Amino acid sequence: MSINKEGNAYTMTFAIIMVVVVGGLLAYIASTLKPIQQANVKNEKMQNILQAIGLEETNGVSREDAGKVFNDYITKRIILDYDGNIISELTNQDEIKGSAKKLKDEKDAFNLDVRKYYNTLTGLMKKYPEGGTEYEDALKSEGIAYPLFVAENEGETFYVTYFSGKGLWDDIWGYAAFRADGTTINGTVFDHKGETPGLGSKITEDLFQNQFIGKIITDENSGEYKPIKVEKPGGDYNKHQVAGLSGATFTAVGVDEMMNRSLAVYNKYFATLKSTSVLPMTDSVPAMDSIPMVVDSTLLATK
Amino acid sequence: MSETKEPLFSKKNKKLISDPLNLNNPVTIQVLGICSALAVTVQMDNAIVMSIAVLFVLVMGNLIVSLMRNLIPSKIKIIVQLVIVAALVIIVDQVLKAFVYDVSKSLSVFVGLIITNCIIMGRLEAFALGNKPWASILDGVGNGLGYGLILVVVAFFKELFGSGKLLGFEIFGNSVEQTGLYAIGYEDNGLMLLPPSSLILVALYIWIQKKRTPSLIDDH
Repeated sequence: MSINKEGNAYTMTFAIIMVVVVGGLLAYIASTLKPIQQANVKNEKMQNILQAIGLEETNGVSREDAGKVFNDYITKRIILDYDGNIISELTNQDEIKGSAKKLKDEKDAFNLDVRKYYNTLTGLMKKYPEGGTEYEDALKSEGIAYPLFVAENEGETFYVTYFSGKGLWDDIWGYAAFRADGTTINGTVFDHKGETPGLGSKITEDLFQNQFIGKIITDENSGEYKPIKVEKPGGDYNKHQVAGLSGATFTAVGVDEMMNRSLAVYNKYFATLKSTSVLPMTDSVPAMDSIPMVVDSTLLATK
Repeated sequence: MSETKEPLFSKKNKKLISDPLNLNNPVTIQVLGICSALAVTVQMDNAIVMSIAVLFVLVMGNLIVSLMRNLIPSKIKIIVQLVIVAALVIIVDQVLKAFVYDVSKSLSVFVGLIITNCIIMGRLEAFALGNKPWASILDGVGNGLGYGLILVVVAFFKELFGSGKLLGFEIFGNSVEQTGLYAIGYEDNGLMLLPPSSLILVALYIWIQKKRTPSLIDDH
């Protein structure tokens, strides 16, 4: 008995067998490779955080090594709320586990997905364009949180912030490390999902990132929060300005927006640190002779 | 291979590999798969990985379809081909993500878009459905190499003139520290980093190719 290959029965059977075989094969491959892929993503994040600290020891760390040395440098993983209060605090003794199913349940700052938060945030910003208390209450009820990593190296403390925003085409995000004075940037790392290669994608290059070194986020005289502006390229810049990228205006605007919005929150936390004088005095802040900048006047002002 | 009377690399079989490299190049002559050729040619390493990925999908797809050519019901043959190609592409994507994470990040969506690469469906439909497995493999290799050739040539010029590098090595010196050619005022061409420059390069390639091979020029 020969099979009728043009018949519906044959066609249906063929399709069903094919789908089951292919589906099973792909499921097997995906589940086998998943641990390696997740480790890649995790190590890359660790690498970015370590690079943001801007130390010679951590700057050139490879993705594979980042996973091993992360806990040597990062001593605390803190989650802040919109007012700069600590929601959760873990130390390097606590293991980095997989992320919680709900953002609100997340206790580990490392697993906070700030890019997901940004989506919620844009919705709220549209709903309350004026800002105000309603907006802030909504932020809190949505559980918008801010991860902060405290790094230690040879007695110095660094605070690494992590934030996300929107570039021209898609998400952009970045890390900025602050020195122990809570206002001076020691290093930044930016990344993007789909900015134009050669134009907006240049935010990932040292030329752009290193400009932020030594910039301050508080006013030198009053000590109030003063955001860092990404200005047009060319010209002189003060301690609150960096040069943007020619041909990538919207990416620069995105960097400017995400940093100002997020750093305002982190500054609230830094302010509480300053007022409770947890921060060290001026003389214990290290002189970074490799980086041209003025630390002293800033610190005098913040005291 | 007992059923094949001809040798493995007969003249006909050699033609299956050599034709797509020049006389019947899938990109420059058939104008297929242009989309990815424009998009992933900013850096040489991306272009090479992309070529290998397409080569793999093409060879495996051709082989599987050729082996199943007498089994596939004609009513759903396009769907069957699509499922095979999609499955292969997902495998490639997953493997890249696990073992060459940086490359997979910069190729991003274009690996997934191999599914819609016209060369692959074209070869499955036009060749593998009607030919024996060995000939189909050779056809896949030929077309994959033909596609890769264009990608690598375009990427060579785009990376060299767009960022002064080849495979990440600084050929023209360092633009930030103003060494090498940059010291005497040379600047990278920003257009070379954008997709339109690939069109210009592919067009130049076709021009040279047709100039060298007069038989390619249509008689009117």
